[in-house]
Amino acid sequence: MESGIIPAISVDGLSVRFGELSNRITALENVTFNVPEGSFITMVGPSGCGKSTLLKAIADLVAYDEGTIKVFGRSPEEARLARDFSFVFQESTLLPWRTAIENIILPLEVGSHSGNVESHAEPQDLLELVGLAGRGEALPNELSGGMQQRVSIARALVCRPRVLLMDEPFGALDEITRDKLNQELLRIWKETGTTIVFVTHSVPEAAYLGQKCLVLSRNPGRVLEFPVIEYSTPRKPAIRDTFEFVQVTSKLRSLLECADQA
Amino acid sequence: MKKQSTDHNWLKGLKKHLPAITTVFGLLVMWQLIVSVFNIPTYIAPSPVQVAMVFVEKGDILWINFLPTFFEALSGFILGNSVAVFLAICFVHNRLAERAFYPIAVFINTIPIIAIAPILVLILGNGYAPKIVIAALICFFPTLVNMVRGLNAVSPQMLDLMHVLSATKPEILLKIRIQSSLPFLFAALKIASTTSVIGAIVGEWIGSNYGLGALIIEATYNFRSPMLYATVITGASLAVIGFTLTSIAEHHFIKWKSGSVS
Repeated sequence: MESGIIPAISVDGLSVRFGELSNRITALENVTFNVPEGSFITMVGPSGCGKSTLLKAIADLVAYDEGTIKVFGRSPEEARLARDFSFVFQESTLLPWRTAIENIILPLEVGSHSGNVESHAEPQDLLELVGLAGRGEALPNELSGGMQQRVSIARALVCRPRVLLMDEPFGALDEITRDKLNQELLRIWKETGTTIVFVTHSVPEAAYLGQKCLVLSRNPGRVLEFPVIEYSTPRKPAIRDTFEFVQVTSKLRSLLECADQA
Repeated sequence: MKKQSTDHNWLKGLKKHLPAITTVFGLLVMWQLIVSVFNIPTYIAPSPVQVAMVFVEKGDILWINFLPTFFEALSGFILGNSVAVFLAICFVHNRLAERAFYPIAVFINTIPIIAIAPILVLILGNGYAPKIVIAALICFFPTLVNMVRGLNAVSPQMLDLMHVLSATKPEILLKIRIQSSLPFLFAALKIASTTSVIGAIVGEWIGSNYGLGALIIEATYNFRSPMLYATVITGASLAVIGFTLTSIAEHHFIKWKSGSVS
């Protein structure tokens, strides 16, 4: 199969600039990395380093000036039209007048995919997958922040995307909810086999979730390092207390400190 | 638990409104006493009893004149709000249309309605048309302004999501913008439900021999004060009914806003 050869996402020499010609701000400069299919990649960096911009450029939400982005060999626009990827935002962006189930099926009602119900996942199965079985008729304001974010993850999975792009999806949640959702996300990743790119400003979150962690520097955003993260034991909540885990987070932290000084 | 609370709802309502009801009743008694004690002539200020007698004895005249005013106010309400909603949708999708027509809309709104009324009677004649147009004009502007705001009250992240889903502009309008605008629209419709009655009555003042407006003029010139007071109360009742119906429709269409306490 070609999937073994073509990476899920390949970014090559990417530069993004904002603003008028007179005072252009370089958000990202010469960013290059690959995401193999089926992997879980996290991205950390100081605030304002352009990690969200990078994710949005992959999702065809931000235009880029130089370099190339390929999603399964296609341009971001082609990949968007083919529904190769889904996006999960920091806010759950649920429609308040729709129930959880109605929110989940929104992607099936709009865009080029409207009417194409052949390949989509069963909404009830998704509800179960994200741990909300039986809450399908609830309106978003009847659900907690964590539950709302679970619904938005289910919505992102309804078209069976090959890539899931997540922009600080748990950033607004409390730590207990966040830890629980991290655990659930790993399970969902294993069950669906979807490639995940996960932007966060939390070092423990990046270390816990990612097989590899893309560390970005600030002004302009550059790839500082892209270390592989491996543990001798499976990723369970208790791993956070191990020396191994602390070693990884302290390494990432020291990288980020360099990034901030640069 | 829930059933019990509905059983006691009307009693609770009565208790809540008791101070207001008592005050109104007290004022009516005071009014009656002042008119009787000081022997005030009926043409200057009729007593509440005399006004009530008009409703009993000349109810048919009030009813015959109520119907045209009701028809004009309702038609004007529908016309003015429909045009406003249509224009708002155009403005949101076409900046050029907004720049071309918005100043005109503002200009029309600044002309006192009393000043346009004679012009409209000259152009449209003595029938229903000028009254409907005046009622429509008076509704038009608040709805336009609110509807433009409402249609634009969509978070940037929501629009990003729709972009990732490759949704078309009509899809965004139907699935998101319309529902988001409903709270804004109903705020404007509540204003319009009362001002459309004012518009219809003002239209009837300028040139008409039917309707509550004509009855007000006729009663004033003939010093039939009890009839004048009864007509004013009828007109106010029409506005209150319109406002109440609009509020009921609002609760029906925007359940998701009130459901936040659960």
